[in-house]
Amino acid sequence: MKFERFGLGILKGMAVTLKHLFRRPVTTQYPEERLTVSRRIRGNELIWCREKCTGCATCAKACPQGAIEITTGKPEGDRYPVEKFQVDSGYCIFCGLCVESCPYGALCLSYEYEKAKYRRKELVKAKEELATSAEKQPSGYAHPEIEETLPRQTLLLNRDKSKK
Amino acid sequence: MVIKTEPFVINIGPAHPSTHGVFRMRTTLDGEVVVDLEPVFGYLHRGIEKLAEERTYTQNIPFTDRLDYLASMSNNLAYVMAVEKLAGIPAPERAEYLRVIMAELQRLASHLIAVGAFLNDCGAFMTPILYMLREREKILDLFEMVSGQRLTYNYMRIGGVSQDIPKEFLPALRKFVEGMPGFIDEYDQLLAENEILLARSKGVGILSKEQAINISAAGPVLRGSGVKWDIRKADPYSVYDRFEFEIPTGSAGDCYDRYRVRVEEMRQSVRIIKQAMEQLPLGEVRALVPQRLHPPVGEAYGRIEAPKGELGFYLVSDNSIAPYRFHIRAPSLMNLTALRDMIVGWKLADLIIIFGSIDICMGEVDR
Amino acid sequence: MSNLAPLPPDWPGGYWLHWGVFVIIILAFVLLTVLIFIWYERRGLGRFQARVGPNRAGPFGIFQSVADAVKILTKEDIVPAKGDKIVFWLAPVVAFVPVLMVFAVIPFQSGALLADLNVGILYVVAVSSVSVIGIFMAGWSSNNKYSLIGAMRTVAQVVSYEIPLGLAIIGVVLISGSLSLTEIVAAQNIPFILFQPLGFLIFLLASLAEINRAPFDVMEADSELVAGFHTEYSGMKFGLFFLAEYAEALVASAIIATLFLGGWRGGVLPPVLWFLIKVFGVFFLIFWIRSTVPRVRIDQIMGFAWKFLLPLALINMFITGIEVVLLPEALPWPIIFVNLAIAVILVVVWSKLFKLGGGRVEV
Repeated sequence: MKFERFGLGILKGMAVTLKHLFRRPVTTQYPEERLTVSRRIRGNELIWCREKCTGCATCAKACPQGAIEITTGKPEGDRYPVEKFQVDSGYCIFCGLCVESCPYGALCLSYEYEKAKYRRKELVKAKEELATSAEKQPSGYAHPEIEETLPRQTLLLNRDKSKK
Repeated sequence: MVIKTEPFVINIGPAHPSTHGVFRMRTTLDGEVVVDLEPVFGYLHRGIEKLAEERTYTQNIPFTDRLDYLASMSNNLAYVMAVEKLAGIPAPERAEYLRVIMAELQRLASHLIAVGAFLNDCGAFMTPILYMLREREKILDLFEMVSGQRLTYNYMRIGGVSQDIPKEFLPALRKFVEGMPGFIDEYDQLLAENEILLARSKGVGILSKEQAINISAAGPVLRGSGVKWDIRKADPYSVYDRFEFEIPTGSAGDCYDRYRVRVEEMRQSVRIIKQAMEQLPLGEVRALVPQRLHPPVGEAYGRIEAPKGELGFYLVSDNSIAPYRFHIRAPSLMNLTALRDMIVGWKLADLIIIFGSIDICMGEVDR
Repeated sequence: MSNLAPLPPDWPGGYWLHWGVFVIIILAFVLLTVLIFIWYERRGLGRFQARVGPNRAGPFGIFQSVADAVKILTKEDIVPAKGDKIVFWLAPVVAFVPVLMVFAVIPFQSGALLADLNVGILYVVAVSSVSVIGIFMAGWSSNNKYSLIGAMRTVAQVVSYEIPLGLAIIGVVLISGSLSLTEIVAAQNIPFILFQPLGFLIFLLASLAEINRAPFDVMEADSELVAGFHTEYSGMKFGLFFLAEYAEALVASAIIATLFLGGWRGGVLPPVLWFLIKVFGVFFLIFWIRSTVPRVRIDQIMGFAWKFLLPLALINMFITGIEVVLLPEALPWPIIFVNLAIAVILVVVWSKLFKLGGGRVEV
C-alpha cells in the first residue's frame, strides 16, 4: 500500500464536510412540526361507506391475509344486508388490494397515520368504528375524486434549499 | 523456543453490530487471522414460498415486497414479469416506461444504502451514511407520491402498474435528476481518494474472475471482478433495449472495485431515467386482467437485474388460481457462497468490511 | 532566538495560598470545560452531518451533558466476581488523575499557573505516560479475554506513539531554548506553527493516537468485535473513563495551543480569552477530522507510527538543530519559507517511499 495522494484526499474530504457546516440542517422537529403526507397515503385504518356497500365480499376475497370478515343476511333487492363487517387492523398489511378491488368504491384507506393503541383487542375494528364520519379523512388511494381535494405533499427536494 | 498456539472459535452472533440483518458466522481465529468461517442463516425465515402456494397471483404481490425490503420495486417487477410470461399478457407501453423509471430509481436508493453502510463499517462515524440517507429520502418522497407508501410499495400489477403517476411527479423527478450528478461528484470528493479508505479496502477480499463465475455470482460482485455481464444488455427485458447506457466493471475484484462499480452504476441510472422521461408515451397503464387468473399449464422464469444481482422467479402453474410452485432465486444467497473464500487469511477487522462490500439483505437470503 | 519578557512578581499570601487557589481553579476549569466540550462536539458533529445536535435538554441542548452525567451516576455499579477487586477499583483513578496533573504547568496567563517548573514540558510528557498503566489495569482485572486483548492493543498503540510525540517537541525546545512552558510562550513573537509545520503535523497526529480518537480509535470501534478495555465497567467508574477521554482531548488541545499557537499571547482581548479561543479552535480541528475519515486498522496504525512518523520526527529534529546552530540571528520570514518547503518536500517524498505490509496470510 502506498500513500499516493500525500494526504490530499483527506483534505478534500474535510473541505466537503466544512461546506456542510454552513448549510441548514434538514431535520424536522417531529411533534411540533409535521410534514404533509402524500395524497395517496395508505394510512392505518380502513374507512367503510355503508351506503355504497352491497355485501358482495370482493374485498374479503382479495385480501392476502384474510383480515376482513363479513357476515350477511338474505338478499333484499340488489344488495345483501351486512350484519358483521370486521377488520383486524393488527393483521392487515395495508397493501390496498381490497380498496382497488371493490366494484362500488365503498372502501377507503385513511389519511392519518398516528393510530397506535395500547391493547391488541382495540385494533380489531367492527362496523360502527369503521364507518365514514366527519372526523375521519379518507386518502386518495384508488379514489381520484378524493385525491383532488387533498393538499400537496411536502417534498424534501423543495425543503432542502441549501444546494444550488 | 516455539510457543504452541491453537485456534479458537468465536461466534459473531445474529445480532450484528453492522446493519445487515440477522446473520450468524462461526469463525475460527488463529490470533487475529481468520482460518475458517461457517455461515449460519435462517433466522428470518417466514415461509414465503409455501404461503404463496395458497394465494392467488395478485395476492402474492405484497409478499414479494418483503423479500429484499430495500428494493421493493425490483422484486415486484421480476414477479410480475414472470406471471406475464406464464399467462401471455403483455403490458401497455406507458406501463413499461413507468416500470423502467421506478426500477432505476429503486436501484439508486438501494445503492445509496449499500455504499453508506459499507463506509459505516469502515468506521467513518455516520457522516457518509447520513448524506446518503438524505438523498434517499428524496427518492422515497417520490415513491410516496406515486404509491402511497415509503418502503413496501405494491405498485406493479399483472399487466401494468397499479395507478398512473400524478401531475406533479414529472417536474419533481426532473428536479431530482438534475441535482443528483452534482451530489455524486461531491460524494466522490469526500471519500473516493481518501487514503485511509484506500488502505483498508484496496486489495482486500479479492474474488477472482474464475471463482466469481463458478459460484454464479451476479450484480456488482461479478462486475467488480472483471466480468462484463448485465442482464439489461445480455437478455434485455421490458424496454431496456431502447436506452443507451454503459456497464461499469472493475478489474481487481477487491472491495474498492465493488464500491466504485456501485457509484458508477448510480451515474448510469440517472442517465437512463433522463432518457426514459423524454420518451414517455401517453396511454393507459393497466391491461384488463381478471381478479382470479387461470394461466395455462406450464412454467416460466422471469429474471431482472436487481440492485444486488440477478433476481429470478420460477413459477409452475397447473391452471388453478394459485401457483403450484413458487421459487425465488435470491442474489444475496448466491453471492454469499463466496464469503468463505474471500475472507480466509484476512484479519478480523477486514471481515466486517468484506462482508459489507458484498451487500446482502437477509430478507432475500432467508425468505 | 529567545527574548525573555520580565516575569510578574510572585503572589501575595505565600506559597500555600497560591497552591490552594490554583487547585480549585484547575479542578473547576477541567470539569466545566469537559462538559462544554461534550456539548460542543455533539452539536458540531451534528452540523457536519446535516442534522441538528441535541436540542431537547434545555435551550440549545446545553444541559445534555448534565443529563448524561446524572444517568451515569445513577447506574448500578457492577464488579465482576472473579476479577481482581482492588485493581479494578484503582484503574479508573490511575487513568484519570495524571491527566489532571498535567494542568499544573500550563500557563493561563503570564504567571498564572500552579507550578512554574523549569522542566515543564518534560514533566508533561512523563506524567501523561502514567495513564497507560490505568488502561492495562482495567483490561487485566476484568477477567474477560476480549477486554485483555483490547487493552493490550491500546497499550501498544499509545506506547508506540509516545516516541514521535517526544521527538516533535524537541524542535520547539531547540528554537525557544528552554524546557519551561512559560519561556516557550514568551519566546513566541511569531507562533511556532510557522517555524515548525512538520513538527505541528507530527504532534497533532501523535496526539490523536495518544487520546484514542479518530482515525485511530480502534478501542471505541463498535463495528469490530472486541469491545475494549472498559466493557465491564458501569456507573461512576465508567464515568471516570469517559471523563478521562475528554479530559485528555482537552489536555492535548491545551498543549498544542501552548507550544505551537502562542498560548495566551494576543492583542486586544484579555489573555485568558485568547487561550480559550485557541483551545476551542484546536478541538474543532480534532472533531472535524473525526467526522470525515474512516478508521485505520491496528497493524496499519503501528506501521504508520514506526515507519512514517518516527523517521520524519528525527529528520525534523536534525534540520531544526542545524538551523539553530548555524543561523541564530537570521530574519524570521525566509526561515519560515524554507521550513515550509522542506516540510512539503519531506512529506511528499516519504509518502512515495512508505510501504505498509500486512495483507493476506496464507492459511
